[in-house]
Amino acid sequence: MAQICLDEIAHSYLPFAKTDADYALKRIHNIWDDGGAYALLGPSGCGKTTLLNIISGLLKPSKGRVKFGETDVTDLPPEKRNIAQVFQFPVLYDTMTVFNNLAFPLKNRGFDNAYITPRVKEVARILELETVLHKKAEGLGADAKQKISLGRGLVREDVAAILFDEPLTVIDPQLKWQLRCKLKEIHEQLKLTLIYVTHDQVEALTFADQIIVMYEGKIVQIGTPQELFEYPNHRFVGYFIGSPGMNFLPCTMENKQVRVGGFHIPVDDHTAALGNRATGSLELGIRPLYLKIHVQETAGSFQVPVQSVEDQGSYRVVTLAFADQIIKARIAENDPVPGSMAWVSFPEKWIRLFENDHLLK
Amino acid sequence: MKKWQDNKGWLFILPVFIIVAFSAIIPLMTVVNYSIQDIFGPGQRIFVGTEWYKEVLTDQRLHDALWRQLLFSGLVLLIEMPLGIAIALTMPTKKGLGSSVCLVLIALPLLIPWNVIGTIWIIFTRPDIGLMGALINDMGWSFDHTASGLHAWITLMLMEVWHWTPLVILLAYAGLRSIPEAYYQAARIDGASAWAIFRYIQLPKMRGVLTIALLLRFMDSFLIYAEPFVLTGGGPGNATTFLSIYLVKIAVGQFDLGPAGAFSLIYFLIVLLFCYLFYQVLLNVGKGESS
Ligand SMILES: Nc1ncnc2c1ncn2[C@@H]1O[C@H](COP(=O)(O)OP(=O)(O)OP(=O)(O)O)[C@@H](O)[C@H]1O
Ligand SMILES: [Mg+2]
Repeated sequence: MAQICLDEIAHSYLPFAKTDADYALKRIHNIWDDGGAYALLGPSGCGKTTLLNIISGLLKPSKGRVKFGETDVTDLPPEKRNIAQVFQFPVLYDTMTVFNNLAFPLKNRGFDNAYITPRVKEVARILELETVLHKKAEGLGADAKQKISLGRGLVREDVAAILFDEPLTVIDPQLKWQLRCKLKEIHEQLKLTLIYVTHDQVEALTFADQIIVMYEGKIVQIGTPQELFEYPNHRFVGYFIGSPGMNFLPCTMENKQVRVGGFHIPVDDHTAALGNRATGSLELGIRPLYLKIHVQETAGSFQVPVQSVEDQGSYRVVTLAFADQIIKARIAENDPVPGSMAWVSFPEKWIRLFENDHLLK
Repeated sequence: MKKWQDNKGWLFILPVFIIVAFSAIIPLMTVVNYSIQDIFGPGQRIFVGTEWYKEVLTDQRLHDALWRQLLFSGLVLLIEMPLGIAIALTMPTKKGLGSSVCLVLIALPLLIPWNVIGTIWIIFTRPDIGLMGALINDMGWSFDHTASGLHAWITLMLMEVWHWTPLVILLAYAGLRSIPEAYYQAARIDGASAWAIFRYIQLPKMRGVLTIALLLRFMDSFLIYAEPFVLTGGGPGNATTFLSIYLVKIAVGQFDLGPAGAFSLIYFLIVLLFCYLFYQVLLNVGKGESS
């Protein structure tokens, strides 16, 4: 079905939306490639479900067009679009057997049994549901139920994209991992486009090739996990992705140095040039992972008081007071732990500058 | 054994036990007491064993009343259940003024006392001045619930349906409202027809409340007394002499406490039996269903 093209989409749940704040989706203008695995990541209420429902046709956008490839599907009902959707809580027809659940979308579309039976068996094989095919769907576990919901999507051969709306919320962590692997496997086998909504960044990072970060009804960045980590487009992305989130320090430029409070931090020529050109309010951003922490004085480092050290298992988070601000650094498990004072340095390579919350590049 | 006796937990259920004893068990035992004795007056009684039971069970008029009763309850369920569900399905689903007004209007008949209901319908269907009765007579059909058994039944049925279908509607509506939106969304994506949505989502999800509605409507209609009593007192003839009307005739009219006691117990057991059967059937409905 080629790509999904969202052409100037905006949506409001109010009948007469006036201001920007009335819109659950502000302006979405994007093309998502065929066969991609996308994760839609964002905080609660940012419009992820709304966007998904617009793509599947459950909602008609207030503005803009949805196109699958060249075909405009904006006015088509969900059953006419070749898209399947899996919801947060498994949706099952409890009085039916697993077989009939899987066969349901095909029966509704008027296929005959000679086609349905082998097709359902095929899908049951992929999802490892063969052993429960003739059981009632009602009594099964949450993971099996969610597989059935997924199976109802897969069973239709015309389906080119599957939308997942936080499908693993109700599943135990261990099974979650198994199901996620299964999804990846299916994605590779069937070359379907997968769009996967979550607000769990770990889930997004492990699942998707491309991550779409949404914030207050807008897409703030689309990119690979690495891009999002290294070059967050927007302050929000920096903060939302990574644990702990990116450090932001209000700053000013002084020639080739960035000044934060009383500290002068050297930056490379490229960054300095960007900073000097900027006119809005500037912030320095750096990932906790990239801050260097020393336990004794080192060239090019600043001495700052340590506020706390938290053990997170495989790493430690050091909280430092830096020019009236709080910054966090992440150090490896076996790195030396600083006492009441630490020396911190900012590797030039990882310093980013943000003007009015947007990355300078 | 020791644990069972020492358990202080018994103290917690004691109040309930006492209340149930006073409200149900003691009155019931009195009835049992009547049903196995012949009572002539204070202090004059003889034990008669199962004699009253034999008499009651072979009473032809009681058989007639029982069949009448079953037919009546059957018709009530056949009309009220589908009608209630159908109306609930057409009610507005969104929260707001529309659905609130609907709910209040529908609940109105439930708030009217039973004797008022009877009076309203007697007047409404009177052939001379009643709005409906006069209208039907003007159209050329003679309609008189005091003269024709069929007409009395129709009037009773209308009364009953008008009075109690709202209960079924409210219960069904509550059941419908509790279905998560995702079910309807999934059904749309699966291409389900309106009938399929009803058959495979709405009906199964309403099963619990519909079971309750069915039990309530069955018990209530099986014990119906006030409406036929107000309308024709069981007439014309014996056309609307249902079990409870007949029972009251025996107990109060003829003061035959023995047979009345035996009758009451049998009546009670019949209701219990039917409720149990309905409950079991509805509990297991669809369980054995496959392919
Ligand atoms: N049916 C609705 N009617 C009115 N407003 C709605 C409706 N559904 C969502 N909204 C509003 O639209 C905004 C976006 O909601 P949406 O459900 O798309 O968020 P989300 O990103 O999926 O959040 P979550 O992570 O909690 O699922 C929210 O502010 C929400 O209150
Ligand atoms: Mg959501």
